[in-house]
Amino acid sequence: MKKIEAIIKPFKLDDVKEALNGIGIKGMTISEVKGYGRQKGHKEIYRGAEYVVDFIPKAKLEIIVDSGQVDEVIETIRQAAHTGKIGDGKIFVLPVEEVIRVRTGEKGIEAI
Amino acid sequence: MNSGDTAFMLIATALVMFMTPGLALFYGGLVRAKNVLATVMQSFICLGLISLVWVFFGYSLAFGPDVGGFIGNLDWAMLKGVGLEPGPYSDTIPDLLFVAFQMMFAIITPALITGAFAERMKFSAYIIFALLWSVLVYMPVCHWVWGGGWIGAHGALDFAGGTVIHINSGAAALVAALVIGRRKGYGKEPFHPHNLTMTILGASILWIGWFGFNAGSALAAGDISTLAFFTTQVAAGAAALSWVFAEWMIQGRPTTLGAASGAVAGLVAVTPAAGFVSPVSAIIIGLVAGVICYLAVLLKSRIGYDDALDVVAVHGIGGLWGALATGLFASTVWNPGGADGLFFGNPGLLGIQAYGAFATIIYSMVVTFIILKGIDAVVGLRVDTEAEVRGLDLAEHSEAGYTI
Repeated sequence: MKKIEAIIKPFKLDDVKEALNGIGIKGMTISEVKGYGRQKGHKEIYRGAEYVVDFIPKAKLEIIVDSGQVDEVIETIRQAAHTGKIGDGKIFVLPVEEVIRVRTGEKGIEAI
Repeated sequence: MNSGDTAFMLIATALVMFMTPGLALFYGGLVRAKNVLATVMQSFICLGLISLVWVFFGYSLAFGPDVGGFIGNLDWAMLKGVGLEPGPYSDTIPDLLFVAFQMMFAIITPALITGAFAERMKFSAYIIFALLWSVLVYMPVCHWVWGGGWIGAHGALDFAGGTVIHINSGAAALVAALVIGRRKGYGKEPFHPHNLTMTILGASILWIGWFGFNAGSALAAGDISTLAFFTTQVAAGAAALSWVFAEWMIQGRPTTLGAASGAVAGLVAVTPAAGFVSPVSAIIIGLVAGVICYLAVLLKSRIGYDDALDVVAVHGIGGLWGALATGLFASTVWNPGGADGLFFGNPGLLGIQAYGAFATIIYSMVVTFIILKGIDAVVGLRVDTEAEVRGLDLAEHSEAGYTI
C-alpha cells in the first residue's frame, strides 16, 4: 500500500477529485495548506503599503491506494491538476505499513 | 423650546454616540487578530470614562464661564445649573440635550488617537492618557472654539469640530506615534489588516453617525442642518472615489480599504465646512481630501513613523485641509450666519482659519508630549516585548477575539 500526497492549486481540487472518482478512488483527505516553491508569492496592498506574501494557498490531498494502482492515480492527478504554469504542485509517494478500519477492525487493502 | 428640534437633536446625539463603536470596528479590523479586542476596547471604554468626566467637570471646563479665553471655570461642575429649559448654547432645545450632544464629541476624540499607538500600548497607561488628554487638551481646545474662547472670538469657522476634534486628535496622534515608537517588527514583517469587512462596516457606521455629527451641529432641524447633511454625503462620496482613483493610478489597484479610508477622509474634511459651504464646494473639498490624505499615507511610509492606523494622515491632514477649505469656500449665500471665504471675496477668513488650526496643532502636540512622557515615567506606556508578540488581547485582557 502507498500513500499519495499531492499538493495542487486550490482551484484544481474539484477537477482532481472528479478524475479520481472516475478511476474508482473512493475516499481522500484534503486540507488547506500554505507554502512556496518556485512560484513567487503574491502582492497585497493595504493603504499604500505593499507586502509580498511568500506563502501561497494550496490544497493538499492524501490518498491511500493499493501499490498496483499508484501509477494510474499519479497520472490522473497530474493530468487533472495540470495548467502548465509554475506552481502546479508536487506529488509524493510514501510506503504505508498498515491500514485499520476503526469501525470493524479490518486491516490492509480491505480497510482502504 | 421646539419639539421638532428636540426630537432631531436626541436622534443626532444617539447617532454621534454610535460613531465610537463604529470607530472601534473600523480600527479593530485594521489590526492583527491578536490585538482586535484591545483595539476595540480603547475606543469603547471612552463611552464610560469620558461620559463621567464630562458630567463631573468636563462640560464646565469646555463650556462654562470663560477664564481668559482659555478655559471654562468650574461653576458648572456636576452640571450645576444645567436644566431642562433652553440654555446659553441652545434656544430651542433643553440645555441638558446640548450637554449630551457635546458629550458624544468629547467621547470620540481621544478614541480617534488610539489608531496611532495601536497594538502596543498598556491599557492602564491608555486610561490615564485618555483622562488627562481629555481634560488638558480636548476641553481647552473645545472652549477656544465653541465655549467662548479666543479662536471663536477671532471669527474662525468650525461647524462641527474640524479643529476641535480632527486637527486636535491628528496632532496628538503624530506625537503619540513618535513617543511610543514603532511596533515590533515594523518594516520587517507585514502588518496585515485582519478583517477588512469589519473595517468597512465600521466606516459605514461612522458615515451614518456623521450625519448626526454634522447636521446635528446646527442644533436645530431646519435649513442649515439640511445643508450640513447634504454636504456630508457628497464630500464623503467624492473622497472615497478620489482616494480609490489616486491609488489606482499610482499603485495599480483600487482597494476597498482605500474606498473606506477615503470616505472617512472626506467626512473629516467636510466637518468644519458642512454648514457653511455649497454642495458643489463640498464635492471639491471631498475630491481634494481623498487625494491628499492618500498621499499623506504614502509619505508616512517614506518618513518612517509608525502611526499604525493613519490618524495623522486621515484626521490631521484631512482636518487641516477642511479648516483651510472652509476659509476658501464658505459662503453667506448658503449660510447667512457664517462668513464668506477667499473664493467669495473675503481673503481674511483663510488667515483666521489657518491661525486657529496651527495654534491647535502646536498646543495639542506640546501638551500631548508632556502627558505621554509623564505617564511613561510613572507607569510605562508600552507593553513588554513578550506581551506585544503574544498580542494585547491575551496579555492585557485575558481574552481572545476569535476561537476555533
